Amino acid sequence: MSLVIKVGLASCGLAAGAGEVFAAIKTHIKKNKIDVEVKETACIGMCFAEPLVEISREDQKSIIYGEVTPENIGNIIDAFTKGKPVEENVIISNILKGSENKTYKKQKRIVLRNCGVIDPISIDDYLGNDGYTALEKSLKEMSRVDIISDIKNSGLRGRGGAGFPTGLKWLFAYNAQNDKKYIVCNADEGDPGAFMDRSVLEGDPHSVIEGMIIGAYAIGADEGYIYCRAEYPLAIKHLNIAIEQATEKGYLGNNIFGSDFNFELHIKEGAGAFVCGEETALMASIEGKRGMPTIRPPFPAQSGLWGKPTNINNVETFANIAWIILNGASEYAKYGTDKSKGTKVFALAGKIKNSGLIEVPMGMPLKEVIYGVGGGMKTEKPFKGVQLGGPSGGCLPSELLDTIVDYDSINKTGAIMGSGGMVVMDTSTCMVDIAKFFLNFTQNESCGKCTFCRVGTKRMLEILIKISDGDGKMEDLDTLEELAHNIIKGSLCGLGQTAPNPVLTTLKYYRDEYIAHIKDKKCPAGVCTSLLKYEVIEDKCIGCTVCAMKCPVNCISGERKQVHKIDQDACIKCGACYDACKFNAIKKG
Amino acid sequence: MKFKTEIDITINKFIGKKGILIPLLQNAQDIEGYLSKDLMSYVSEKTGIKLAHIYGVATFYTMFRLKPQGKHIIRVCKGTACHVSDANSIMKEVNKQLDLTNEEDTTKDGKFTVMSVACLGCCSLAPVIMVGDNTHGRLTPDSIGKILKKYE
Ligand SMILES: Cc1cc2nc3c(=O)[nH]c(=O)nc-3n(C[C@H](O)[C@H](O)[C@H](O)COP(=O)(O)O)c2cc1C
Ligand code: FES
Repeated sequence: MSLVIKVGLASCGLAAGAGEVFAAIKTHIKKNKIDVEVKETACIGMCFAEPLVEISREDQKSIIYGEVTPENIGNIIDAFTKGKPVEENVIISNILKGSENKTYKKQKRIVLRNCGVIDPISIDDYLGNDGYTALEKSLKEMSRVDIISDIKNSGLRGRGGAGFPTGLKWLFAYNAQNDKKYIVCNADEGDPGAFMDRSVLEGDPHSVIEGMIIGAYAIGADEGYIYCRAEYPLAIKHLNIAIEQATEKGYLGNNIFGSDFNFELHIKEGAGAFVCGEETALMASIEGKRGMPTIRPPFPAQSGLWGKPTNINNVETFANIAWIILNGASEYAKYGTDKSKGTKVFALAGKIKNSGLIEVPMGMPLKEVIYGVGGGMKTEKPFKGVQLGGPSGGCLPSELLDTIVDYDSINKTGAIMGSGGMVVMDTSTCMVDIAKFFLNFTQNESCGKCTFCRVGTKRMLEILIKISDGDGKMEDLDTLEELAHNIIKGSLCGLGQTAPNPVLTTLKYYRDEYIAHIKDKKCPAGVCTSLLKYEVIEDKCIGCTVCAMKCPVNCISGERKQVHKIDQDACIKCGACYDACKFNAIKKG
Repeated sequence: MKFKTEIDITINKFIGKKGILIPLLQNAQDIEGYLSKDLMSYVSEKTGIKLAHIYGVATFYTMFRLKPQGKHIIRVCKGTACHVSDANSIMKEVNKQLDLTNEEDTTKDGKFTVMSVACLGCCSLAPVIMVGDNTHGRLTPDSIGKILKKYE
């Protein structure tokens, strides 16, 4: 019986210690002369249980183990080879009863078709899963217009956030008359809390490259750029390897598949600026300038990189292309809703049990995404909100969890679909703090070109700080809303136009919490330090003196075996006493 | 400039191509550790790109450092997922261990530079930090000391 052991070695796996597990497997099988093939793969999406190891038999029976350690892996392998697999740490299996994959069934994996399945740095693995056959079909059997109309008919909309119809965008670029055109992949993924693009680039770089080559052929571009943020070193490494392999096989370069189509692809590393995710700023950055957005029109399709017609799409958008060409537009359009077709990848994070990467058909209610696929809350604390769309999006409360995942339904709530980051929050999160967090982010990242965005976000942030410090007034809420609407109107690019969304949605859905900060001078979630008060619970304090010893400002007094007291005026609210007390005799409120 | 020969090789590699400034500065920074005034003037002289333009780019992007850096760069993630998983206490602990006060600083012995970043893409393991190219996840303040020891 020959076995295959696959280890997930994407960034998430490596951060959880998969590198050490991989080394331990190699040593173990060498030492015990076990006949197995050890393979690398990337992220299967179940990041919550990293490091993940899959052991499979020739007959496709397999077990995926989670939270594997260098210490327990030897035993797991030995037991499996003996036909008596270990039943702890099983995440999914088609051998053991009760561990069949339930959440997987609710998903539809188009973009993630190869992620966690193939070895991302083996082009043969990709070729073995229909890789580059869509490109061959495009070049040999389809005209440029055929491809564009296929993409148009599939209903695919850009996955970078705005949801612009991809086929239409390609048509604009196709129609532009010029002997030089560019195609660009936006892999800047600036939304903090989102990691879909990272996983796709790390786990299946060829699918993005194939999508780009097909796009380039369709619009008539002969040169392309992938703009990837520098915080993703592994993604950049895998892209470089994939480009080299594709060039060697002749999928990049001159006369691809014997046609007269030539295409050259480069990688540009970002240098750390959120605004560079905006398409015009991104192109300025590729040209070596400060990443400042410019006014549109002219749209990139008329005048983009170095003034030439340019088509720019997101990583996930490109990863859909080959599948659509191979399976047909109508097959893709079978999934989803009237105006949002296909599937969407989401990065689940925060206080959710199955944090990681999922891909679901459009139209699924948020509730099903969070509870059905995501497994519900991780902590005992109840659900409070889900943040969609990052700094451009908003927080939605439980009353809105019936909202379905599609561009228009989510827009109606005041949040946006965004690129697919979904951060789930429980009652330990303060919504004023979250609004402050995002405003701090956008205020820092504003490029400074538009006054409203530059100064307005700063003023909003100051008001939010005032509120969380307990110095807010009720009028401040009106000022916040007024400023928000003016910033939306007075900004040139999407950054400013959407920066107030986190404030507006929290004001709309969690207004009580703002009022509690302003009127009662209380932070119900216990996050805003200035409003916190630490007090000794007299019946619980046994006078062990630990808190007094830990207090950095010596503001706790009391004799040994006597009830202690915190001097409220001197307290800096660091929480050291609260953490140190073994008898839960300190109350935070 | 400490490594003039390497800088010359890098500049020559880029000259004549388009859109070179950012990757050139990235490479130069990798060699020298940071972008000194002398280095930027030298790049300007060799490439013909105006110094003001170079300085403008260097100050626009957060990756560019205008001050000497520690041997290891610690990026403490302050993205959304890490923020709701109490990234602040991780930052506090890192600074405490290294005896630093500011959000962004270098230790006196030049071993570490600490900075906060917005998302390292490992949000499901929040809170997360990155030391050099290695990411460490599922952290608690107690785990910081052990991690930093590895990089002494
Ligand atoms: C401030 C800002 C940041 C953005 N960041 C990203 C990003 O990180 N990734 C991305 O694909 N699109 C981002 N976009 C959207 C792009 O401008 C552009 O619409 C997108 O790349 C187009 O690709 P698509 O049609 O495939 O969605 C951002 C837009 C704005 C205004
Ligand atoms: S928010 Fe910290 S890694 Fe994404």
